Amino acid sequence: MLNFNMLSLKQRRRLNTVLLGTLAWGVALVIFFPIFWMILTSFKTEIDAFATPPQLFFTPTLENYTQINERSDYFHFAWNSVVVSFGSTIIGMMIAVPAAYSMAFFETKRTKTTLLWMLSTKMLPPVGVLVPIYLLFKDMGMLDTRLGLVIIYTLINLPIMVWMAYTYFKEIPKEVLEAARMDGASLLQEIWRVLLPMSKGGLASTVLLSLILCWNEAFWSLNLTASKAAPLTALIASYSSPEGLFWAKLSAVSTLACAPILIFGWFSQKQLVRGLSFGAVK
Amino acid sequence: MADLTITNLRKSYGDVEILKGINLAIKDHEFVVFVGPSGCGKSTLLRSIAGLEEVTSGEIFLDGKEITELAPAKRDLAMVFQSYALYPHMTVRKNMSFALELAGDSKDVINTKVTEAARILELEPLLERKPKDLSGGQRQRVAIGRSIVRNPKVFLFDEPLSNLDAALRIQMRLELARLHHDLNATMIYVTHDQVEAMTLADKVVVLSQGQIEQVGSPMELYHHPVNQFVAGFLGMPKMSFLPGKVVGSDADGVDVELMAGPGVRVPVTSEGVSIGQKVTLGVRPEHIRVTAADESDFHGILDIAEHLGSDTFCYVKTDTKETLTVRTPGDFSGAYGDRIGLSLDLQHCHLFDEQGMAIAKLNRAPEPA
Repeated sequence: MLNFNMLSLKQRRRLNTVLLGTLAWGVALVIFFPIFWMILTSFKTEIDAFATPPQLFFTPTLENYTQINERSDYFHFAWNSVVVSFGSTIIGMMIAVPAAYSMAFFETKRTKTTLLWMLSTKMLPPVGVLVPIYLLFKDMGMLDTRLGLVIIYTLINLPIMVWMAYTYFKEIPKEVLEAARMDGASLLQEIWRVLLPMSKGGLASTVLLSLILCWNEAFWSLNLTASKAAPLTALIASYSSPEGLFWAKLSAVSTLACAPILIFGWFSQKQLVRGLSFGAVK
Repeated sequence: MADLTITNLRKSYGDVEILKGINLAIKDHEFVVFVGPSGCGKSTLLRSIAGLEEVTSGEIFLDGKEITELAPAKRDLAMVFQSYALYPHMTVRKNMSFALELAGDSKDVINTKVTEAARILELEPLLERKPKDLSGGQRQRVAIGRSIVRNPKVFLFDEPLSNLDAALRIQMRLELARLHHDLNATMIYVTHDQVEAMTLADKVVVLSQGQIEQVGSPMELYHHPVNQFVAGFLGMPKMSFLPGKVVGSDADGVDVELMAGPGVRVPVTSEGVSIGQKVTLGVRPEHIRVTAADESDFHGILDIAEHLGSDTFCYVKTDTKETLTVRTPGDFSGAYGDRIGLSLDLQHCHLFDEQGMAIAKLNRAPEPA
């Protein structure tokens, strides 16, 4: 009787694992399919790209990539993306870490409200503030500048960065920081030598998420840049022109735009999972 | 030198006053224990001394210098936390040398001091390990090591043994006592465990609801509590209390009629005591004797007897349903429900007035040397 019970429990557990695995694979395939199709299409001719029914097997060509290389300066856009993403992430972290530190360790009765308020700014549709921001940028001469994009990206990502850093700091026992204070550490030493090393995993996720969000941001980059400061997202958009959609070329340029962040994400996926689950995975 | 003086210290969180005017002087080399029930403010007082809590008013002086507003880093105090609060990303060696590095000591000096502390605390084989690879007792020793390398003016301990199991707690208690002796340092120790207070302290400070109830040596507090709270808090098992009222008094003592039984004559001063006044008699377990029922005019029913081997603690219900704790020899053979006689050692009993304040004894026992 006991044996039978144990066996059935084991079997049930195995069945659960199989079902859950199948489901996870299914979801992963659905999510990955558009990327797969994009990469596939980028190696088709424009005719093949349009074919109905869609073709899975075709003669691959690099024609799209050569044409893009001739028509636009990929590295100019890529460099803009790099500068803007890293710039706003660095500035964002420099603001988010002290803000989260004070919120996590010197909580007042208004801390929770402030955090919620910060998050609520993310609920506003960006297009709602497009006109005032555009006019502001125009008056300050920041249209089509990388600095302008850095500022706007920092502002839109700060709530998330502060929230994430706050969540990670909350996991750190206050006494350890107090011990550092008793040991003679100044505020900077306390943060730099105790707090940051203890939360480096979480902060790395925050950095990664910020980089990815900046890299993929399309609304503000399309509206506030033209060519000088335009990042890769703007480059993609330039291939959907009024003259018509060139699916194969659009796919090729998208592949080029996604590739760096995709590779980056692949190498840092462990950190990312932790970051996106807000510290739930340990 | 490390004299610590606290004057009229107050601390409030919003409308709640946690410390209600603390005055205390701690002398060099003293081992002072703050003891009291949960929420009495003892940890807050310690953290105020450390500088981890801002005080609302009052002053703290260390060697005559005011440190009330000074940052913790500048006070030259070391603290051992209940949760150990080790730096998880540093090895034991780094944990201990961190403060010295911050202070800018040379590598050789740091090495010497850390090695010495590790030797005292028997941590040498563990120096390259991380805190997560240590047991609770070892972590506690690292936390102590971290504070002794700095040779601070005062050591602060915030319930350092609470997270250890019973056997380890006794061992660490002995080690702390030895450490105090060896380092000859000033130590302030917070605990809710009155055994730790009694065994470690030169001076015990009993706190309740943000106020100091009594300050004195463990034996002074044990034998001459100033009020019913201190009397009931110190001692294991606790002192028993019997309500009664005063029926007469003269120069040799006060006559009290207990609710539970006969009249007794307690050798306390009759000053300020009036006939008919309600009082409470306090008597420790070791000052009651169990006799045959017909040998005493004070009776009770034996409830539970706890056999500890060396002693037996009997819980006796009086006729008026008060419970008395009685220490009897280890071979005590009474049974549940037995009617027994009780004899009180009145020389050692305490009498408290309606406010719970002790009425002064006539024959104050000399302090043990």
